[in-house]
Amino acid sequence: MAEKRKRRLNKGRLISMAILIPITLLWLVPLVWGFVTSFKTDADIDAHLLSFIPREFTLDRYIKLFTDFEQYPVLLWLWNSVYTAALYTILHLVVVSLAAYAFSLLRFKGQNILFTCVLATMMIPTVINLVPMYNMMVAFDWIGSPLALIVPGAAGVFGLFIMRQFFLGIPKSLIESAQVEGAGQFTVFLRIVLPLSSSAFMVAGIFAFLSNWNDYMWPQIIMGAEDIAMMTLPVGLSLMQGSYNYDLGLTMTAAITSAIPVLILFMFTQEKVIEGIATSGMKD
Amino acid sequence: MKRSCNRKETKTVNRVARIRKALVPVAFLLPFGIIFCMFVIFPFIFGITISFFNWNMFDASRTSFAGFGNYYKILFNSESIYFSYFWNGLKNTLLFVAISVPLLIILPLIFAGLLDRKPYGFRFFRFSLFVPTVLSISTVVIIWSWQFYANGGVINEFLKKIGIGGPNWLNAQPWAWVAILIVTLWWTIGTNMVIFSAGMKNVDQSLYEAAKLDGAGAIRSFWHITLPGISNQIVLCLLMTMIASFNVYGQPQLLTGGGPVIDGDFTTTVLMMRIRTIGMGANANPGVSSAMSVCMGIIMIAVSIVQSRVSKRRGD
Repeated sequence: MAEKRKRRLNKGRLISMAILIPITLLWLVPLVWGFVTSFKTDADIDAHLLSFIPREFTLDRYIKLFTDFEQYPVLLWLWNSVYTAALYTILHLVVVSLAAYAFSLLRFKGQNILFTCVLATMMIPTVINLVPMYNMMVAFDWIGSPLALIVPGAAGVFGLFIMRQFFLGIPKSLIESAQVEGAGQFTVFLRIVLPLSSSAFMVAGIFAFLSNWNDYMWPQIIMGAEDIAMMTLPVGLSLMQGSYNYDLGLTMTAAITSAIPVLILFMFTQEKVIEGIATSGMKD
Repeated sequence: MKRSCNRKETKTVNRVARIRKALVPVAFLLPFGIIFCMFVIFPFIFGITISFFNWNMFDASRTSFAGFGNYYKILFNSESIYFSYFWNGLKNTLLFVAISVPLLIILPLIFAGLLDRKPYGFRFFRFSLFVPTVLSISTVVIIWSWQFYANGGVINEFLKKIGIGGPNWLNAQPWAWVAILIVTLWWTIGTNMVIFSAGMKNVDQSLYEAAKLDGAGAIRSFWHITLPGISNQIVLCLLMTMIASFNVYGQPQLLTGGGPVIDGDFTTTVLMMRIRTIGMGANANPGVSSAMSVCMGIIMIAVSIVQSRVSKRRGD
């Protein structure tokens, strides 16, 4: 009986695996092909476009990208993207964790109404904010400045929501016992809540980083007409893609180069990212 | 005398303490509040205001009140160039929403359902299907352009090998839309899949056992147990996906550039591209662009309200 049930279970697992294998291969083909192609010579690409094994292995394009900053500032773009995304993430986490503490562990008049109002703004179609934000950036003289990519999005409601949910789960007794010993709210926040919340910070942080890292339209608006050296990766890459000055193989190599850091980050944080997205689906 | 003085003193001390206590939440909320009001609330109100003006960004003296003029222009004045821009862009955006949203729900449901059967290699499958979501649209489009090129593109080269002449993907219809759709599916399907997956994990497993005893197959129990069990997630994803599809910009902008142009009709120029180009740049008309945004926002809100009504009724 037990034997039989086990076998039936295995059948379900096998069938789903059999269906998923071709789908997944199809999904991976463009990425793997792009990666392989970046190591092929131009002649090899022309002759054997579909082959997944380079006849002649070349690092020429990578060498070009990593040495000729004047013409191919991919590494500069990479650096710009890294530091704007990192600063954005830090600012976002600070701002959002402070507010989440007020919304979860403090008590004040109008708390629930205020939080509901903040959540309700998620329904505002962001398209309406686009032109006025551009006007504001012009007025602030932030066109071309990384500040425009760091500050405006820092009060993200999604991060606030994740943090608040997490803080609500912290045992009240821990906080009360600290308060009995005379700790103020800020001390409680720093000494008790923060050390307990690393996983909430991870989830909200990865989210913030990825969304800033991959943003295209807004950085294109801010940096698109500026010095090429100021651009973030998505903006610079789109410039390469749309320009005839760069050959296709090189553009592909730049795209692969830009993907590698996020892919590595994602490999190590996979569980957290997926858990974070899954949490976002659990709210009503 | 001394006693009353004391009482007064404690009273002021109390008041100071009370004010201090009341200020604590304010202090915690302040950084968030400032950024939130400045960059979320204010632009929203500002945007609606701009839509009622002939707005000049660089010369305030040339800004004048327009009333509903901008709205009239884009909605009813068929003489105006903005009229055709708006309706053409809206048509394309709605077309994209209509074809992308169902697929962006159904395919992730199927994938999540397969993953829920715990296939061997589960983690590998989940990783592979999810991984494109962490790439930027520029990277995605560069990789996919190579697949779609009419001459020397991977897909057509492959089709040639098996004796089929491939279409001119990015320069002919309906292929340009098909290409945009394929890229969108490949890029974004992972998010919904992971949300559905998590929902399926929480479905009561004993229901499946009971269904099995009643002789229900995998597909029937998926239909009658899994789907109702994750209705919350489906409603949420439907809303998020719809909003994302309305906001589509990068895929057509970078992949087809809004073309191909057939009989003067920009066949893949979505409304977001119009709002972006009309609202900024040298010949900007922020008033018209904002009016377009407000109209688009109203349509989005209307669609979400209808959708949540429908799904609520289904739930009852």
